[in-house]
Amino acid sequence: MPGVVRAKNRPVREIHYGDRVFAGILKIPAAGLALLLLSIAYFLYRAASPVIVKHGWAFLTSSTWDPVRDVYGALPVIYGTVVSSFIAIVIATPLSVGVALFLTEIAPRRTGRVFGFLVEMLAAIPSVVYGLWGIFVLAPWLRTSVEPFFKTWLGFLPFFSGPPYGVGMLAAGIILAVMITPTISSIAREVFSAIPLQQREAALGIGATRWEMMRLAVLQSSRRGLTGAVILGLGRALGETMAVTMIIGNRHEVSLSLFAPGSTMASIIANEYAEATTDTHVAALVEVGLVLFAVTFVINSIARLFLSRSGNR
Amino acid sequence: MKRHFADYLFRSYRKRKAVNSTMYLVLIVATLIALVPLFSIFGYVLAQGAPALNKSFFLELPKPVGEAGGGMANAILGTVTLVFLASLLGVPWGIATGLYLSEYGRGRLASVVRFCADMLASIPSIIIGLFVYALVVMTMKRFSALAGGLALGILMIPTVARSSEEMLKLVPQHIREAGLALGLPRWKVTLMIVLKGIRGPIVTGVMLSVARASGETAPLLFTAFNNRFWQGRLDQPISSLPVQIYTYAISPYDDWHRQAWAGALILVLLVFAMNLITRVVLAPKARKS
Repeated sequence: MPGVVRAKNRPVREIHYGDRVFAGILKIPAAGLALLLLSIAYFLYRAASPVIVKHGWAFLTSSTWDPVRDVYGALPVIYGTVVSSFIAIVIATPLSVGVALFLTEIAPRRTGRVFGFLVEMLAAIPSVVYGLWGIFVLAPWLRTSVEPFFKTWLGFLPFFSGPPYGVGMLAAGIILAVMITPTISSIAREVFSAIPLQQREAALGIGATRWEMMRLAVLQSSRRGLTGAVILGLGRALGETMAVTMIIGNRHEVSLSLFAPGSTMASIIANEYAEATTDTHVAALVEVGLVLFAVTFVINSIARLFLSRSGNR
Repeated sequence: MKRHFADYLFRSYRKRKAVNSTMYLVLIVATLIALVPLFSIFGYVLAQGAPALNKSFFLELPKPVGEAGGGMANAILGTVTLVFLASLLGVPWGIATGLYLSEYGRGRLASVVRFCADMLASIPSIIIGLFVYALVVMTMKRFSALAGGLALGILMIPTVARSSEEMLKLVPQHIREAGLALGLPRWKVTLMIVLKGIRGPIVTGVMLSVARASGETAPLLFTAFNNRFWQGRLDQPISSLPVQIYTYAISPYDDWHRQAWAGALILVLLVFAMNLITRVVLAPKARKS
């Protein structure tokens, strides 16, 4: 920004009295955001404290989740979250980088704009609509074509054993991949367009083909930014609730098979809030939320670190 | 450049060219694959939802289980109510934060605020729902429209803040300087020249985040809950379009499934329309800067 008078990074010093008041007033909602973040952590902690006191760290490592006997262990849902997000990342990363490369390096300007808009639309569709589509379109397709295919060819692996239900870990991972592709690809696009044109011209100038140019001039120098983009996508996948709840099958067991139903930290909260009649059950669900909050906070901070160092954001 | 670049040059030209075309194809296919779900969702929502969109969908209450017919009138009204309540909180707070960041956004407090806005934007929405549950629902001992509005409002703050900050930054610096040179105090310049000049795009940004908020389900599950009847009181549970879609989608009844698709069609059209309008309104402004 063409700042003429102000020194860089120095707060504005006000001459008018009214301006000092104005600046003070504007600080209230701004600082309120920090307060809001702190109070989210505090209230979650307070509501979860009965279970935190009772179970301690064992909450994270125990795999029994039994509201009837008031025993709560979050291991199955943590496992489900990790596996479904991992599937999502594995599918979404190459896809998003491909999309971003196509949009920034190959597509003519107008085509790029149209396709860019379409990819953004993918991010705008409400989660519950993804879930609806998942139940009635994706899951039947997985059950009748994809999962039997994997079973026939890779059925000897524990990941592809068991009956193909359609709903389950694999379905959740796929729908998460669809949902985070626009997130990752839009940041990848920003990272790519921040690379100076000269770098591309230099590669082309010494005789590289366009793909070689993309590899040498674009992908090589944006590794850090791409890592940040993927981590940000991971953060989004970890906390995605509705679509996953509707399609993962909601069963609290650790199973190696990707066809088996499971549940994630977010989905167990959405799925059990209605049945949670005892105070400890509610507190256990809130503690799952607290863990999810902490995890996404850390993941997103790391992503931010990567992205700010690479000169983006 | 890297040392191994020499290897490329020695490889036969034809082979390199073949790799190049293959990768072109791969990238194009990747883009098309990424877009398949979009077209599939849009197609299904249109095909399944459009036939169920009739007068009674908009005007009638849900029928009891097992009876065909009925509509989502109360859910539509509920979503409007919730989004209105949310805007009361989210819009002023968001715009004020955006103003602070764009006009005074230097120094340590500003970077803390930016960090918090980023974090708040990336917290899973269900966590916001849990927070409001712990804060409001546990104290009031019942689900309410107010709690739902609060949850959606909190979700709106960071998005409104970020979009208004972006828009305010589009106002050229010399406009501010012109105002200051006339001897106006900064608050007058900010409110009456900067903010007034860019209010159109800011409103568009707000509408976009309203459209996003109206599709949110997770934070409403245990704040606004659901309600099968008309609801006039704000301290009572209220139904909303997304929660109703969720309830109907996981139910075993075909008629409810049809209505869920119809509700989804409304949400998708709303979000698409808002995004398209934003594109059209903002495109020329963004290009100029």
